[in-house]
Amino acid sequence: MHGIGEWAVAALILIGAFFILVGSFGLAKLPDMMRRLHGPSKATTLGIGSLLIASMLNFIGVSGRISFHELLITIFLFLTAPVTAHMLAKAHILRSQKDRGSLSPTGRPAGWATLDVDK
Amino acid sequence: MAMRLFPHPLLTVWIVVVWILLVNTITFGHLVLGLVLGVLIPLTTSAYWPGRPRVRSPLMMIEFMLVVLWDIVVSNIQVASLILFRRGDSLQSRFITVPLDLNSPEAITVLAGTITMTPGTVSADISADGRALLVHCLEADGADDTVAQIKHRYERRLKRIFE
Repeated sequence: MHGIGEWAVAALILIGAFFILVGSFGLAKLPDMMRRLHGPSKATTLGIGSLLIASMLNFIGVSGRISFHELLITIFLFLTAPVTAHMLAKAHILRSQKDRGSLSPTGRPAGWATLDVDK
Repeated sequence: MAMRLFPHPLLTVWIVVVWILLVNTITFGHLVLGLVLGVLIPLTTSAYWPGRPRVRSPLMMIEFMLVVLWDIVVSNIQVASLILFRRGDSLQSRFITVPLDLNSPEAITVLAGTITMTPGTVSADISADGRALLVHCLEADGADDTVAQIKHRYERRLKRIFE
């Protein structure tokens, strides 16, 4: 594997590392729980995506074999990341008095599912 | 008969695909093994899956996935720049309500997941009657635009896919 392929893999790894770093930085920097959720649930998706594409390119270049493990990782990531964020948000709404007051109205007779447990 | 053997035909296909992806090679043996799993697993678990979600237009689904992939790339860059160049306190974050036109649980689940993966929004809760989503915006200068965009880009397509 020479030239362009190597550069492409290196560039993708760098892009991936950058977005994962920014996601983690956001987790540390942003001031409250709900804002912190945004960093790791998004900035890391593109980061890990780039790393996986780099891995696939590398396998094609090095062994001449197509590797599609990585697609599976992507699928599992897309399934788990939103569910995790959703559960964290629900737990936070349940526990935080302050944020409970700032929820927007449902516009429906029923309340939000996390708080409306007895109905 | 076919219904009894394959209570969830889509799940069968999906298990075969996942098995092939897991072993990372396409050989006849693994195809057969995947097919055996694809028949056995839906058979043994069908008692817990009474409903059978319908996908009405697979082509629309591909279009939806491309739109979402594109939005994920855009949203990553947006959120990264918000994190890097803005002070955390200066972000106008707040909750907004997205009223739902969708009825099927599968479609609502996909919509909630999509909202979390795309520009500056995380879905946080659903109303107790399942007719509205609570969404948290990282930077909500145009909350109405965000709602309109979610409904136009994602919900409209999901409605055509699932309902």
